Amino acid sequence: MFVTAAYAQSTTTEGAETTHDAAAGEVHTETGVAHEGGHGSGVFPPFDQSTFASQLLWLAITFGLFYVLMSKVILPRIGAILEARSGTIARDLDDASRAKAEADAAIAAYEQDLAVARSKGNAIAGEAREAAKAKANADRAAVEADLNGKIAAAEVRIADIKAKALADVGSIAEETAAAVVDQLIGGKATKAEIAAAVKATAK
Amino acid sequence: MAGDKVDPTHQFMINKIVPIEIGGYDFSFTNASLFMVATLVVAVCFLYFTTSSRAVVPGRLQSVSEMSYEFIASMLREGAGSHGMKFFPMVFSLFMFILTANMLGMVPYFFTITSQIIVTFALALFVIGTVLVYGFYKHGFGFLNVFVPSGVPGILLPLVVSIEIISFLSRPISLSVRLFANMLAGHITLKVFAGFVASLGTLGALGIGGAVLPLIMTVALTGLEFLVAFLQAYVFAVLTCMYLNDAVHPGGH
Repeated sequence: MFVTAAYAQSTTTEGAETTHDAAAGEVHTETGVAHEGGHGSGVFPPFDQSTFASQLLWLAITFGLFYVLMSKVILPRIGAILEARSGTIARDLDDASRAKAEADAAIAAYEQDLAVARSKGNAIAGEAREAAKAKANADRAAVEADLNGKIAAAEVRIADIKAKALADVGSIAEETAAAVVDQLIGGKATKAEIAAAVKATAK
Repeated sequence: MAGDKVDPTHQFMINKIVPIEIGGYDFSFTNASLFMVATLVVAVCFLYFTTSSRAVVPGRLQSVSEMSYEFIASMLREGAGSHGMKFFPMVFSLFMFILTANMLGMVPYFFTITSQIIVTFALALFVIGTVLVYGFYKHGFGFLNVFVPSGVPGILLPLVVSIEIISFLSRPISLSVRLFANMLAGHITLKVFAGFVASLGTLGALGIGGAVLPLIMTVALTGLEFLVAFLQAYVFAVLTCMYLNDAVHPGGH
């Protein structure tokens, strides 16, 4: 069998360790189970009952302390961190939704303003159109009135001229009749007689 | 035999560091006690210092602490309902303590306190003791409903009740042996394969070539052991939640 130098060395050192507390003087045939140190028995280490009291005591101390530290320090600490985070997230979401509502309100207000401005613009345009139309009507009426006036004046003048012409026709006829009478009968007809005769024939 | 020279159980040996004896009992501060203290210090320091910045947006280590908190909280809420949340510090302590102890045990030359049956048995008794004390305190004899599943025909009832009682009594044993045996077997297997590497490596060129296989095995087993270290802490915490559910809701099968 191959017992190497390294193993031989390790067995001797382990043997040296065991000798000073293995007072019972056991026969260490194998390094494996036999060098149980101060516990003196050849049992498998985890089943060595002589170590139980010490392990239980130290487990109680360390785990008890661990439990206290966890429940009093660590868990409240992590819980607070997680709570702060969820609080921050909720607050940020709140802020975001509030900002969105504000933006929506601003958009609504803008659109309302726009509608008002548009209707006002329409009203102004309508007024302007009405005013322009009224002015055009008034202008036309004035022009028409002017023209009518001019027509009336012209008609008056025409009538005037006509009357004058007609009046002239009477005197011309009288002169013509007087000249005719003078030429034909050589007698002098009086002016009144001629006028009466002209008048009678003109009828 | 060469294989015997690398003693796979040597790592479970308990050595006294400060001998203390009170009333005939040996309460020495041993290497096991040292690693219990180390587990306490490492776990508390990790959880304390990773959360010291209290950042709203957590860093990596802070999210590890927060994840373990939320992991256990949701496990307990699912397992035992909102009434079970009063046991949150207990389940969290058990999980973190066992997880840290298992993980520390993966460091070479470190002692694995969960490979000691008395430690896991004490933790299991703590769980079952809590279940019993809280169950009887809260429900009185109504807690015994836990042994009487609803909807069982009268003829079968004695049989079912006796099975329930036996299964209840075996809980601390199964809970402790599961953790203990997993850690023990894993570490022994690792040690045995690592021992093969060392002993084959001294046999010259052929041995070194042959040592590659157990080396690969050791590497793979190390990965597996990290998984087991986490998984056993998780299983312990899950079963604790299930047992606490019995204490909170007896008869709620």
